[in-house]
Amino acid sequence: MKVPLSRLAHTRSGDKGDTANIGVIAWDPRHYPILLRELTPERVRRHFGDLVRGPVERFELPNLAALNFLLHHALGGGGTVSLRLDAQGKTLGAAVLSLEIEADDLVE
Amino acid sequence: MIRIANGQGFWGDWLEAPVRLVEQGPIDYLALDYLAEVTMSILQKQKQADPALGYARDFPPLIGRIAGKIRERGIKVIANAGGVNPVGCARAVLKAAAGLRVAVVLGDDVFSRLDEFLSRGYPLSGLDSGQPLSTIRDRVLSANAYIGAFPLAEALSTGADVVIAGRSTDTALALAPMIHHFGWSDNDWDRLAAGTVAGHIVECGAQATGGNSQVDWQSIPDMANIGYPIIEAEPDGVFTITKHAGTGGRVNSHVVKEQLLYELGDPRNYLTPDCVADFTSIQIEDSGPDRVRLQGIRGGPRPASLKLSISYSAGWKATGTLVYSWPQALEKARAADAIVRERLRLLGLGFDEIYTEILGVNACHGPLAPDASDPPEVQLRIGVRGPDRGQVDRFTRELVPLVLNGPPGATGFGEGRPPAREIVAYWPALIPREEIRTRVEVVE
Repeated sequence: MKVPLSRLAHTRSGDKGDTANIGVIAWDPRHYPILLRELTPERVRRHFGDLVRGPVERFELPNLAALNFLLHHALGGGGTVSLRLDAQGKTLGAAVLSLEIEADDLVE
Repeated sequence: MIRIANGQGFWGDWLEAPVRLVEQGPIDYLALDYLAEVTMSILQKQKQADPALGYARDFPPLIGRIAGKIRERGIKVIANAGGVNPVGCARAVLKAAAGLRVAVVLGDDVFSRLDEFLSRGYPLSGLDSGQPLSTIRDRVLSANAYIGAFPLAEALSTGADVVIAGRSTDTALALAPMIHHFGWSDNDWDRLAAGTVAGHIVECGAQATGGNSQVDWQSIPDMANIGYPIIEAEPDGVFTITKHAGTGGRVNSHVVKEQLLYELGDPRNYLTPDCVADFTSIQIEDSGPDRVRLQGIRGGPRPASLKLSISYSAGWKATGTLVYSWPQALEKARAADAIVRERLRLLGLGFDEIYTEILGVNACHGPLAPDASDPPEVQLRIGVRGPDRGQVDRFTRELVPLVLNGPPGATGFGEGRPPAREIVAYWPALIPREEIRTRVEVVE
């Protein structure tokens, strides 16, 4: 069964220079292993395509049932240099919610 | 237990928030965060124009508004409102609220010491660029060291009602009262880390109490009267995040988790001048209505270096918009974009970047945006960036004419041509911490 990430998690995103961060938090901690398995840095990198010019790093926070992603060179130069409307990546957290993930082991 | 509230997440945050925090319930300390990465450069320019300025100008009138209440209740205020002129800020505060005791923390401003640092062999290489500072030295506008909580705690120990710092870290504003009140020692890493995590949670104001939160946002009560966050800190480093009773918003573990992850890097190594906090050690639980309790936080020794916040001039930019209406709104906007780019090319203008977004279609999410092939209206947004102000200015004349000489149905040009703005870029670098000596002064 494929479900959008929004079924399993909520997010908040922000910036550090030209790097965007996206925190992904499982609504139900029992779904953290699904996030860990499905939401690889490669998946996230592919999802964003050309929007992210550099590598994607992933950090694990099992105590919060959460993952933290760093998207490097994702903000058009970042901060004051960027010409983007969303130069601080505030909306990138929402963009990852549409990612479709395999969740046969979803607990209802 | 002490209560530390945050009433300002950035310079420009809700003016009513700090007033309500002191009026609507008990707090002991009010922390106010005014500085973003490039705020210091704006303040440096203001000080160059008028030596009495260079601080967050919202701050003195705020203290004027709340002076009666903070005196009556013994509330202490800690703010990084001083910018590049903490003493000037203190004088303005005393003018707005005579009789308060005001202490300033000095020593973070190293603008005048940069050449000394370079000549002594510190390259001050940009943490993002990897290049030595010498490559942009002649364009530097400001330079400040991020200072931690201990100098702020020292300022509190003078008995000050109001403590004003320059470039202190955001987290230090909340940690300082804990160090001061509980007498935490400077190598009590777990407690310092706990106070740092508490500071991280509240540093963006209402983002800890239901603002900008995806947690069932439609059901968050009374956002118009959202309460700002309060830390109930205990001497052992355990703390609760809450807000005043009767205020709007929501505090639960999911909301607080969102803020814990906000602008986070490596969660095991959250670096501050005070300690290194390990976010993977945080234990979090809902402990009552609008109450979240955190404990178990571990920390490690503070880094040997302090981060410098250097800003420099990096060229010019301008961004202009036009609105196109149905029918073929998107097609018209794309045609207009092509026309502008062709005209810029024929004018022989050279930019580092020309960037186009279509608001209502793809500005936020680019290729990830859902299909919107025939939207009722769109806003075309074109920006350019380059080293030459004259060329950027010339670009700004190329949008409004399209209303008459481009695709049909353009509007939304009422504000005329957009301004060219100087780009002030951020250059983080490291310096050994013993190079930065802070001192506290009481301003009478």
